[in-house]
Amino acid sequence: MKLQRMNRRALALGALAVSGALALTACGSDETGNPDGGSSNAAAPSNIKCDDASGQVLADGSSAQKNAVDAWVKQFSAACKVEINYKAGGSGAGVTAFTQGQVPWAGSDSALKPEEVKASQKICSGGQGIDLPMVGGPIAVGYNVPGVDNLVLDAATIAKIFDSKITNWNDPAIAKLNPDAKLPNLKIQAFHRSDESGTTDNFTKYLIATAKKDFPYEGGKAWQAKGGQSAPQSSGVAAQVKQTAGAIGYFELSYAKDGIKTVAIDTGAGKPVEATVDNATKAIADAKVVGTGKDLALELNYATKAEGAYPMVLVTYEIVCDKGNKTDTLPAVKAFLRYAASEDGQKILAENDYAPMPDDIIAKVRTTVESLS
Amino acid sequence: MDTTQIADAPPPIQPPAAEQKRAARGATRPGDRIFLGFSRGSGILLLVIMAAIAGFLTYRAVLAISKDDGNFLTTFEWNTGTTPPVFGIAVLAYGTIVSSIIAMVIAVPVSVAIALFLTHYAPRRLRGPIAYVIDLLAAVPSIVYGLWGALILVPHMNGLFGWLNDYLGWTGIFSWQGGAARSMLTVGILLAIMILPIITNVSREVFRQVPQMHEEAALALGATRWEVIRMAVLPFGRSGIISASMLGLGRALGETMAVATVLSPDFLIHTSLLDPGGGTFAQNIASKFSEATEFGRDALIASGLVLFVITLLVNGAARAIIARRKEYSGANA
Repeated sequence: MKLQRMNRRALALGALAVSGALALTACGSDETGNPDGGSSNAAAPSNIKCDDASGQVLADGSSAQKNAVDAWVKQFSAACKVEINYKAGGSGAGVTAFTQGQVPWAGSDSALKPEEVKASQKICSGGQGIDLPMVGGPIAVGYNVPGVDNLVLDAATIAKIFDSKITNWNDPAIAKLNPDAKLPNLKIQAFHRSDESGTTDNFTKYLIATAKKDFPYEGGKAWQAKGGQSAPQSSGVAAQVKQTAGAIGYFELSYAKDGIKTVAIDTGAGKPVEATVDNATKAIADAKVVGTGKDLALELNYATKAEGAYPMVLVTYEIVCDKGNKTDTLPAVKAFLRYAASEDGQKILAENDYAPMPDDIIAKVRTTVESLS
Repeated sequence: MDTTQIADAPPPIQPPAAEQKRAARGATRPGDRIFLGFSRGSGILLLVIMAAIAGFLTYRAVLAISKDDGNFLTTFEWNTGTTPPVFGIAVLAYGTIVSSIIAMVIAVPVSVAIALFLTHYAPRRLRGPIAYVIDLLAAVPSIVYGLWGALILVPHMNGLFGWLNDYLGWTGIFSWQGGAARSMLTVGILLAIMILPIITNVSREVFRQVPQMHEEAALALGATRWEVIRMAVLPFGRSGIISASMLGLGRALGETMAVATVLSPDFLIHTSLLDPGGGTFAQNIASKFSEATEFGRDALIASGLVLFVITLLVNGAARAIIARRKEYSGANA
C-alpha cells in the first residue's frame, strides 16, 4: 500500500518534471526561431544587398568562428528573408558535410586538402570547392601565476613549456624574458586541448614555424607532445587555467575573460606584442595567398617581426563552390558572404574579439564572392 | 506425445481422434501463430542487427587499420591527421579497464551492502524511500555527473589524494605530484557512483527472492542475522550479484560524457592512478569525433570495435560464471 502511494507520488513528480522541461524547451525554440524580432528590424543595416535571396540555408563547420557567424546572421536575417542555420559541428564535420553535398557552405580552420578539393568536384558541377578567408582570430596564451601580471614569452620558451621541458615558473629562461617579474617557485601546469581542434593546429603551426628545434612535432589538429594536462574545448582550457594556480593554456582570445591574463609575445620586434584583435590583423597582413585560381587559401607568416604584429593567429575560411553551386541556395549564400566580407560585416568581427581581414585580402574575397556562380 | 499417439490411432475411434486433433491444433490457433511468428521475427531481427553492427564496425575498422603506420594495439598515440597516420588503442584499453576495475572495486561491496541493508536490516518504512533515492541516482544524466565531478568532486579530491600519497605513495600506484585531481582514480570513483543504482537494485531483487524457508531454517539452527546472510542469502544470491555487477561493468566500460568532462586525457600510461592523464575508448571517441576527418572517424570506429569486443568478452565471462553456478540461480528457484 505504502509503496503504491509512493509510486504514484513519484509518477506525479516525474510528470511535473517532464511537462516543465517541455515548457522550457518550448520557450527555447521560440526564441531561436525568431532571431529577427520586431525591434531589431528597425535597426537593420540598410546597406545589406539581398537581391532575390530567400529561403533557408544550412551550414556546418568550425566552432571557432561560431560567434562571428552568429553576429552576421543576426544582422543579415534582419534585412533579408533568409534563415541561416550554422551548426558549428567542427571543421572536419563541416568539410565532410560540404563534400557530401549536404550544405552549400562550410566553415573550416584549415584550407581544403587536395583530396577534399577532389571530392568537392563531384558536388560543384564544373567547379570545385574554394577557401575564402573571412575571419581572423588571435590565439591567446592565458596563464595563472599568482603575483605575475605581465608575462612576456618567446616562441622557444612557449614550445619548451608545452613540451614539458620547462617545468617550473622560476626557470631562468622565463626569468630572462621577465627581469622585473617576481616569478614564484611553482610547478607549471600546461593545458592543451583534449579534442581535435583547429586552434591546436594553428598554435602548433606557429611553434613549428618559429621554434622547430624546441617543438619537434609534425603538427595537426590533435595535440602531439607528451605530458601536460588537457581539457575539452577552448572554454574548458580557459576554465582550467582560471582555477589552477601555475596553469598556462592556449585558446581563442574571446575566452580570455574574467581575469585570465594573456602572454605578450617577444617576436623579435622592438616591443613584446599583446594578444589583441588589431595586432592579429597586422600579422595576417603579412600572409601570402597560396591558393590557385579563385581559391584564396593563405600562408601565414608566423615568423613575422613586424612592429605590433601578433603572430599566433588562426584564420577560418568559408568554403563554397566557385562554380556549380546549387541554384536554390546560391543567391542566399552569395548575399550572405557579400555581407560578411563587406566593411560592416568585418567591423562586427572586432566587436566579438575576432580579427577582421586586412584590406588587400578582403578586397580579393569580395571580388571572388561576386563571381560565384 | 499423447496427442500424436491418439491421432495415429485406428479409424474405429475416429470421432474422439478428430476432437483430439482439434485440441492439438488449439496450440496453433491464429493468435498463437502470429505470436510465434512475431517473437521468432524479433529474435531473428536482433541477430541481424547485431550482425549489421559488427559488420559495419569491422568494415570501417579495416579501412582505418590498413593505413595505420603504428601498431594498432600497442601504439601510445592518436594522430589520424598526420601523414602517415599513427594511432593505437593501448592507452584507451588500459584506461577503460583500469577505471572500470576501480569503479567495480568500490561499487560492488557498497551496492551489496545497501541491498542487504534494505532487505534485511532497514526498518520497513525506510526501505521505500531509500530504494527510491537510489533509483533517482540512476535517472541523473551522465553529463550532470560529469559537471558535478568536474566542479565539485575534482576540487575536493585533494585531501584524499594527499593522504594516499603520504601513506601509500611508496607503492608508485598512489604517488601524487599535486595538481588537479583529473585522474583515473577520480573517474573510477565517479563511475562507481554511476553504476551503484543498477547493481543495488538487481541485488536487492535477488536477495528478496531467497526462499523464506532457508532463512528460517538457519535461524532455527541458532544462526545470528549475519550468519543467516552469510550462509543462506549470499550463496543463494551469488549469481545474481555477479549478473548485477556485469550490468554495472557494462555501464562503466561504455560511459562517455562523465569521463570526458572529468578526465584530463593524454596518450600515456601513468603508473600512478592519481596522475592526470589516460583515456577511455568512449571518452576518446566523444572528444575526437566532431573534428575528425572521414579517416579519423574510421579510426575511432576501429577503437569502438575493440570496445565492442571487450564488452562481448565481459558478458561472455559473466554468462560462463553464472552457468557454472546454476544450482543457485535465483530465477529458477
